[in-house]
Amino acid sequence: MYRNNLTKKEIERRFAERSDEDSARIRSLLNCDRRQFLRTSLEFAGMAAAASLVPLHSFQLVNVAHAAEDGGGGFRFAYISDTHLYDRGMNHRFVKAVLKAVEDVNAMDPQPDFVLFGGDLAQLGKPGELSLGKQLLNEVRAPLKMIVGEHDWYLDLGEKWRELFGRDYYSFDHKGVHFVVLNSVVEKDFWTEKGYTPEERMAIVAGLDDSRQSPFEVGEEQRDWLRSDLEQVNRKTPIVVFSHSPLYKLYRPWNFWTDDAEEVQALLRRFKTVTVLHGHTHQLLTNRIRNIHFHGLLSTAWPWPYAPEGLPNYTVQMNRADPFDQFDGCGDGSVEVLASGRVDKHYNLWSQNPRTVTAAQLASGKIPGARGYDGPAY
Amino acid sequence: MKRNLVIAGCLLLAGLAALVFEVNPRGEDARHGLVGADEWASRAVWACDRRKLVVVEGVRPDQKIPPARAQLVADLLMDLMRYCDQEITAKLEVSERITVAANGLVYEDYVVGGPLPIVPARYGAPTRREQRIWAAELAKLVSEGDRLFHSDEIGKNGVACAMCHPHAVGTHPETYPKFQTQLKQVALLRDMVNWCIANPMEGDELAHDDPRMKALEAYIIAQRAGKVLESGKH
Repeated sequence: MYRNNLTKKEIERRFAERSDEDSARIRSLLNCDRRQFLRTSLEFAGMAAAASLVPLHSFQLVNVAHAAEDGGGGFRFAYISDTHLYDRGMNHRFVKAVLKAVEDVNAMDPQPDFVLFGGDLAQLGKPGELSLGKQLLNEVRAPLKMIVGEHDWYLDLGEKWRELFGRDYYSFDHKGVHFVVLNSVVEKDFWTEKGYTPEERMAIVAGLDDSRQSPFEVGEEQRDWLRSDLEQVNRKTPIVVFSHSPLYKLYRPWNFWTDDAEEVQALLRRFKTVTVLHGHTHQLLTNRIRNIHFHGLLSTAWPWPYAPEGLPNYTVQMNRADPFDQFDGCGDGSVEVLASGRVDKHYNLWSQNPRTVTAAQLASGKIPGARGYDGPAY
Repeated sequence: MKRNLVIAGCLLLAGLAALVFEVNPRGEDARHGLVGADEWASRAVWACDRRKLVVVEGVRPDQKIPPARAQLVADLLMDLMRYCDQEITAKLEVSERITVAANGLVYEDYVVGGPLPIVPARYGAPTRREQRIWAAELAKLVSEGDRLFHSDEIGKNGVACAMCHPHAVGTHPETYPKFQTQLKQVALLRDMVNWCIANPMEGDELAHDDPRMKALEAYIIAQRAGKVLESGKH
């Protein structure tokens, strides 16, 4: 299944080097059968090393990161994102894809602390689509954390979504990490003047390449809220931000973009460790701006092609997806929050080898396969 | 009817152009007015459509054209306006010999009111009006393709082409025809379009000459204008 031949013993040795807090999980690993062992170790141990893109020393890098001084971290959460559901019955291809993802995260052993949903639950913001999404996500065993996407929002400006899932921006603390969830798909009113109906407005926003819409932004209201929310947080506390759009500027014509990204980044600048996880881009996507690490999430519905320009140098591109395979380029994944508060990001690509981008790689800027990395070719 | 109106319009414009010439009040004889002039000098007179040009030989650019000769120039321009869309250059020699040329070809003798001795290049030298019409016609097809590419009416499950191919990225029409490995045969772009319609979009394949297929191809290819053709590339 995997290209290199890490023996069980070798993995055992490497895990043994990790701290005691991992030992329980290692024990659970060693007690399961071989197939489950591979799957589980993949989920939480950067097994993508085996996918040849990540060198074996990523295990050592985990150790380095682990040795960082401040607290927090040392847990894992999973994600499902961009399901784009239509309310067209349980046989729809996108429903099948969500069920596949739900099965994945429910099979994780040990279970993730929570499951992040990255936004765009619905395709056209219809109540039936959102309700179907809620019904499917209710099958997830772990607690859910929701991000709102533009496809969920622009039919009724979030009314149904908020009824089902509550606030569209909020924060919470978990095991020493401060999590912030933003609604980054706020668009300035482009519809009133033109007299668009709610359905037309939704259809325009749902068109990734539809230039009639406004750029995404977090907006002043949420930036004010974020400022006061972060005031009470110590600068050494690891911060993890969830947003639907990338909180930086990649490619404006597809809204791979947040218009007030610099302002939001400025609010996060005083913190030692900041990670942003975002949906919307449906692809492997990695970036680093000053203290902030950015990771994209995979979609269950379809992969986007890479934008014609603006791709960050830290990104290792995924292989071109085979259109004849519904699940190629799609998937789900998990995030290992290290003791340092940095994260190792696992992409569980359903039809390609899984990939991991570790915190240490991103911090060092040496990411094998990335355009910006001129180190040895693997 | 419309054509007559256009011709009438052109003639009116030519008439206005003729008015710009300064008429010499002393009424000198046209030919004799040029006695002593620099035979190598010439002055260009444009019709108002900027497509008909008379090169008046023997007159310096800063020199007034004598009235009788100015009348010849005006008559000549009016006459050439019969060929509304054409760019024609006429030469009025000191001897009053008239030659015309178009598209950089050789000058041929010309008699005002007579047949044009040159073949105006209709093909390959489109007029601005023609170019506007052609561009509008193409845009109509491309825009219909744009609409279909972004709509859910081609498939049956809500999925639209643009959901995987924003701005038609990833369609690479310039690589067709090619051996499409998944289809196990050489495919044209339209074969892949039909495959997408039938599979991810769960719709009915279009006939190859279906106007919707033409529109989709037009949109996809228009997005890749300027790309090098690389038939067979994978």
